[in-house]
Amino acid sequence: MSDYVLSIQDLSVTFALHDTEVQAVREMNFDLRAGETLAVVGESGSGKSQAFLGIMGLLAKNGRATGKAMLGDVNLLGMAPSRLDAYRGKDIAMIFQDPMTSLNPSLKVKTQLSEVLVKHRGFDTRKAEMTTIEMLERVGIPEPAKRANAYPHEMSGGMRQRVMIAMALLCQPKILIADEPTTALDVTVQAQMLDLFKTLTEDFGTSLVMITHDLGVVAGVADRMMVMYGGRAVEKGKVDDLFYDPRHPYTLGLLHSTPHIAHRAARLDPIQGLPPSLEHLPKGCSFNPRCAFCFDRCLEERPPLTPLGDEREKACFFEGPLQSKKVA
Amino acid sequence: MLRYATRRVLSALPIAFIAVTVCFFILRAAPGGPFDSDRPLPPEVLANVRAYYNLDQPLFMQYLLYIGGVLRGDLGPSMSSYDFSVSELMAIGMPFSLQLGLTAFVIATTIGVLTGMIAAVYKNKWPDYLLVLVVMIGVIVPNFLIGALLQLWFGVYLRWLPAGGWVPGSWAHLVLPVAVLSWAHAARISRLMRGSMIETLGTNYVRTARSKGLGERMVLARHAIKPALIPVVSYLGPGLSYLLTGSLVVEQIFGLPGIGRYFIQAALNRDYGMVLGTTLFYMLLIIALNLIVDLVYAWLDPKVRYR
Amino acid sequence: MAGLTQKDEVLTRYAEKLSTLKAPKGRSLTDDAIRRMLANKAAMVSLFVLAAIVLFAFVGPYFVPWGYSEVDWASIRKPPDFEAGHFFGTDHNGRDLLARTMFGTQMSLIVALVATTVSVVIGIAYGAIAGYFGGRVDAVMMRIVDMLYALPYILFVIILVVIFGRNPILLFVGIGAIEWLTMARIVRGQTLTLKEKEFVEAARAGGAKPWTIIFRHIVPNLTGPVVIYATLTIPEIIIVESFLSYLGLGIQEPQTSLGTLISTGAPVAEVTPWMLIYPGIILVSLLFCLTYVGDGLRDALDPKDR
Repeated sequence: MSDYVLSIQDLSVTFALHDTEVQAVREMNFDLRAGETLAVVGESGSGKSQAFLGIMGLLAKNGRATGKAMLGDVNLLGMAPSRLDAYRGKDIAMIFQDPMTSLNPSLKVKTQLSEVLVKHRGFDTRKAEMTTIEMLERVGIPEPAKRANAYPHEMSGGMRQRVMIAMALLCQPKILIADEPTTALDVTVQAQMLDLFKTLTEDFGTSLVMITHDLGVVAGVADRMMVMYGGRAVEKGKVDDLFYDPRHPYTLGLLHSTPHIAHRAARLDPIQGLPPSLEHLPKGCSFNPRCAFCFDRCLEERPPLTPLGDEREKACFFEGPLQSKKVA
Repeated sequence: MLRYATRRVLSALPIAFIAVTVCFFILRAAPGGPFDSDRPLPPEVLANVRAYYNLDQPLFMQYLLYIGGVLRGDLGPSMSSYDFSVSELMAIGMPFSLQLGLTAFVIATTIGVLTGMIAAVYKNKWPDYLLVLVVMIGVIVPNFLIGALLQLWFGVYLRWLPAGGWVPGSWAHLVLPVAVLSWAHAARISRLMRGSMIETLGTNYVRTARSKGLGERMVLARHAIKPALIPVVSYLGPGLSYLLTGSLVVEQIFGLPGIGRYFIQAALNRDYGMVLGTTLFYMLLIIALNLIVDLVYAWLDPKVRYR
Repeated sequence: MAGLTQKDEVLTRYAEKLSTLKAPKGRSLTDDAIRRMLANKAAMVSLFVLAAIVLFAFVGPYFVPWGYSEVDWASIRKPPDFEAGHFFGTDHNGRDLLARTMFGTQMSLIVALVATTVSVVIGIAYGAIAGYFGGRVDAVMMRIVDMLYALPYILFVIILVVIFGRNPILLFVGIGAIEWLTMARIVRGQTLTLKEKEFVEAARAGGAKPWTIIFRHIVPNLTGPVVIYATLTIPEIIIVESFLSYLGLGIQEPQTSLGTLISTGAPVAEVTPWMLIYPGIILVSLLFCLTYVGDGLRDALDPKDR
């Protein structure tokens, strides 16, 4: 058996529209080690959220995920929802982007949390509620016993996201998927939240997948990262390697679009153009219309994801050094 | 919660009062009276009769006398059924009307909610299409026509059920009336429920519930039903007065001894006392049931309680 | 009648959409709307059937050998008989059912038009005044509407019957006078948004009087909601009419309406089923068609994707 807790092989997600099909994710591969944090980075529409919703069996009705998602020896894809429910919430949990709408407005917080323990741990209601309160305390909610009786609308956004985190970690899952968990929050709250993620996942030995478009978040928490563009992974590797030595022009572009306090003088260098529509991906490399390093081959042929050693992979034909040339 | 309830009652009572007042004056302003008939009464008799019903008093005085009576619980004498007071007649019809109306209301609401959920869960599959058709019929075909057809089919051709009439305590006699009354109501509830359930199933919090591995049944039962019921419950108020309208027809079709028939008889005979009495009864009934609906609403939507 | 065709919901949603637009105009049938209406099969078929029923009701009587109150002593309670010219059969008085159904449909349609017109006129006037003057006038006027909404409508209709009993047209003027609440709400909402528009400002700056502004500038921009309202109100009134006639409170013999026909047909349907079935079919098709046309119009005039 491998030491990977989650191993994704050739994951594709397609959506059936009335007369066509749209591929949101194409042939994605990655492995997740126990206890590590993987950041999945990309613009909106790059397929990063859909890939993980597909793994969790949470796609919209017209969506379909193919490939393999091995949780240990079990393939989560193609499993009947009723069997999948034995793993969702227990071994693999997910936190969503918008804490304001992700909690049920008509149920008390403790009901929404304790039901997870009742279902997966077989606790009775009383024990489940006690554990719930303990967990609420751990995620930093003041007066947890009182707050447990509140309804979501009585709480602030940051508070609700803490509740979501508590909910996801109740069963001490092997894997926690966090889909842009800080985007909807104030900046000050964001930092606290990242801190919380770090401590708790370390405490529980949980592997974290952090889906984000914010490289600041990546720098703060992740060990490795995967950059996605147009439904495909275009570059993978350790966070430090990618930050200091990006090999894919898109990664470089992302780094240049991020404001940096240390380099206040440097002007931002955003990537030109818009993310591609998944229905009409350009021929060859999907990034070619926006790429400063694009040459003939990129227009004709799609670069495969090739290993560079030391856990790095990139999907780009351009071999020269990227830094020397200014992006677009 | 109690304060919320009190406030709702206090704001509803004036409406009942206004309704009765408006009815009172409209009726009195209408040409003709309860004692117009083909064979006029001798003048002195008529004068006596009018004095008995206070009709010889000035209009405003009549009104005050009537309201005074109502506050003391006396709805006055019936003007067409000479030996009965309005209260006595209502006491005869009320238990039946309540039984019919409430049975239909409860059954129809339950069926409507359930079928709406089924249609939403099986959206664009055959159970949904079938239900949409049944709902369409319920919404569009007038209840007296549905009533006549059901009566003809089950009561006359198949002879499964009594075609009409009423035997106290007999459930068989209630089946068709309740079915007719329920169909239209259930259809509307079902349509609303389908829409709001589809919306709820697409929300983020239902996705959260699914991500917890609760199982689809639990997701529906605990997470989706309550929020999806909110628009349905807010329709129950108007739905009630619609049901009431239906009960007038149903009592007529199946020859049932309820208040609805008294009301129509009274309207035709210009029995002022009876018309006002039944109006008041319906108003109070609607207010009472609306109050229940409001409380249910507050239970469903925690935010309402604080407003 | 609250919720009879769910008119309230439909119109409220429509009005909400209108008011969220940059340029909210209840614009009349534009090319775009006509194209969308033509593409809606259910609505087009309904429109066609509706036209057929209207012809049936208003032109049909000229082609039928019998009058609606004419008695054929030779055939009483006879099933459809093509040789005698009784295509729908005859009733218990030997009157031709086809002629009576035509007359009844005609009556139902006329009555619905009268009541709808009355309610549209009152609704527009009331809503436009409340919306245009705003402030306390608006608050009081809309409070009255809210209160009337809470009353059981049908009781008032029946009380009206007592007043106008023998005159069907007056009766439906009365019903129209109760129907206008929804219309008033929608018109008020529209007026509130319209009166902030430049063309109204311009008119006001040019010294136009409030009444002129309301009727020259605001009312013509309400075509969309009014058209939808009317198509949804007509079936509602037809149901109310047939309901009242069914209870014996509406149209009186020898005149007739679809409701009256069904009400006389229903108790004897075991023996003379045609007396129930033909008027029933016409009534149900009429209601279905009107509903689909109304839905189609709403979709066609839907301001969302303009």
